[in-house]
Amino acid sequence: MIPAFTDPLLALEMAYWQETTIKVLLGLVAVLLLTGGVVYLYLFKFVSFMQSRLGPMEAGPYGSMQLLAEVGKWLQKEDVFPRKADRFVFAMAPAVVLTSTFLIFVVIPAGPNAVIADLATGIYYVLAVSSLSVIGILMAGWASANKYALLGGLRAAGQLIAYELPMVLATVGVVISVGSLNLQDIVAAQSSGSIFGWDGIGNPFLFTQIIGFVIFLIAVQAELTQTPFDMPIAESELVAGYHVEYTGIRFLIYFISEFATAVAFAAVASTLFLGGWALPESWGISRDAMHWVGPLVISLKAVLLVGVVFWVRFSFPRFREDQLQKLAWKVLIPLALVNIAITGVLKVVF
Amino acid sequence: MTAVTDRQKLSYIASQAADARVNVELETEGMTLNIGPQHPATHGTLRIVAQLDGEQVIRAEPVAGYMHRGYEKLAEVRTYPQVTTLLNRIDWLGSFANEVPFILAAEHLMEVEAPPRATWIRTILHEMSRVAHMILFLGDMGVQLGAVTPVFFAFRDREYVLDQIEAATGGRFHPNFDRIGGLKDDLPKGWIESTKVALAKVLSFCDEMEDLLLGSEIFQARTRGIGVIPPDVAMQYGLSGANARGSGIDWDIRRDNCIGLAYPELDWKVWTHPDGDSFARFWVRLQETREAVKMIEQLCDGLPSGPVMAKVPRIIKVPAGEAYVATENPLGEMGYYVVSQGDLTPFRVKIRSASFNNVSITPWIMRGVYVPDIVTILGSLYFILGDIDR
Repeated sequence: MIPAFTDPLLALEMAYWQETTIKVLLGLVAVLLLTGGVVYLYLFKFVSFMQSRLGPMEAGPYGSMQLLAEVGKWLQKEDVFPRKADRFVFAMAPAVVLTSTFLIFVVIPAGPNAVIADLATGIYYVLAVSSLSVIGILMAGWASANKYALLGGLRAAGQLIAYELPMVLATVGVVISVGSLNLQDIVAAQSSGSIFGWDGIGNPFLFTQIIGFVIFLIAVQAELTQTPFDMPIAESELVAGYHVEYTGIRFLIYFISEFATAVAFAAVASTLFLGGWALPESWGISRDAMHWVGPLVISLKAVLLVGVVFWVRFSFPRFREDQLQKLAWKVLIPLALVNIAITGVLKVVF
Repeated sequence: MTAVTDRQKLSYIASQAADARVNVELETEGMTLNIGPQHPATHGTLRIVAQLDGEQVIRAEPVAGYMHRGYEKLAEVRTYPQVTTLLNRIDWLGSFANEVPFILAAEHLMEVEAPPRATWIRTILHEMSRVAHMILFLGDMGVQLGAVTPVFFAFRDREYVLDQIEAATGGRFHPNFDRIGGLKDDLPKGWIESTKVALAKVLSFCDEMEDLLLGSEIFQARTRGIGVIPPDVAMQYGLSGANARGSGIDWDIRRDNCIGLAYPELDWKVWTHPDGDSFARFWVRLQETREAVKMIEQLCDGLPSGPVMAKVPRIIKVPAGEAYVATENPLGEMGYYVVSQGDLTPFRVKIRSASFNNVSITPWIMRGVYVPDIVTILGSLYFILGDIDR
């Protein structure tokens, strides 16, 4: 059990407001760095290579200027409102989506003390704020005054609500194993645990909760509206779904929040199933060192998991809406419930 | 009050009939969705007016003609050699294959026969344009279903085929290589060898598509049982090519009614699939691409020597008469009905293109499907808008 705010941040004694400001600034930088890194690494290098699409590798040394060029391009574009759009709702929708993304990062621990708010109900806070994005997407779909956007928004609502449930149920197994909703407790339990008495790598729940891990990843893919679950965007049928009418900076916000949410969910998944920021306790790394190593460890894990998301995204065709609902309600939810039952029984037995 | 046209009356009656067929349990409000004329799934400027009930399509009607180009009329004021420059623009992806039937029809009227080498090279290029066409179809089908990677592979490997067409004819999209009585030129040196390299790339592309799309459970869930065309309906609507063969109709002009091309001398097989759904059409096209590669290999190995141009007069005047010649183009039966009155220009040219018939089945096939299935069906029917709006 790691109580909050007993360790000084970066081994410095600071006032509460100083600590909070530094945390928020560092958090924002970390989020943007990670998101930009993910976009550069996967969208411009990995996927371009995978698809024999060499354009993004040309701008600047090793294609490093491509991200700047893209952002510059989007910033130059005109900010267009459709004539019949509800201007206020239309303008607010991207902000709601982005807010929901940044709120997730608030509770993800990146080190023994590197967390903006160490909530006792951490994991359910994550699941609750992540579903805020449904409202933003519905707002965008409705306010655009466009039939394609409306269909996309409604599809998104149906899909995100359907996949909220398996996602919540998938985390229950971890929560039962740890006995706490706090993300720091979950990390601590994995780093100090042991598998059949062997504590060489701690006890990442990847092994004991493999069903939950797989369900969680599938649900993340759906929550991110990435292929094969991207029918809210579906560029070949709904043109671009709920953000068909967005241009310039507002589209960029959707674009950024898509990748930032990918990073956020990957960080949550690595906290829940891969041991989070901690290295196994048996390795004997000091707590002071973890202040610096922790953020790197969780970043690495999150970036690797985002890689899985991208790999799936660019390899599979898209489901149809009814097939997707069937997968959520008839396969994933029963499977998650079975997982919970098994975890509960094993918890009582051992 | 605006006047109600017969067409509107008919479509109203059709919609009433469709309403009765689609079982509506909850009271819902219909929505009209214009898919196109500018929509990624319509391959160009086709418009589909879809009446939706939620995501279910009650009625869908294609509206063609946004790109009318009047080739049949233009052909009446151009001399025979000039007409071929128009024809390879009709179906721009398989352009060489469009020239062949017209040239064959003119040759038939003039009673000229192309030398065997010209016929064999024509057949090679005909199949090459089929391969280039099919590669794009196979990749594009992935895009319709949301998988973007296959189409990038398609453009990568199509380049090898287009390079060969360019090396032989000088044009990538508009070869304009066919002449009445033969071909403009012989093949360049080393062409056969480099073609074999390109064909190996095509085969590996087909394997990739088999892994990426055909074997994917999501692809099968999206295409199996979607857009089923029974054989009798396919015949009624005049479907041809892979769309008909996907419905189990064992009919291929290359085998059954081959005029002026070298197909009877080759060892090959017509692939059919009994299911008639989108998956079957994709499967048939994949097999056809492999079969075309096999054919080109045989043609390259057995290429006869000799001239590539028969003796024809310098100024081409086609004797009076009528001729209809059709070949099996990438999209299906492509035929030209040429009426000549003995002038420098044709009196009348009627183009029977495959896409127009193939897309005419959409209102029938799109009753009660879902919005994503529209895209699947359009992708699997596979049409070229230039071929429809000619």
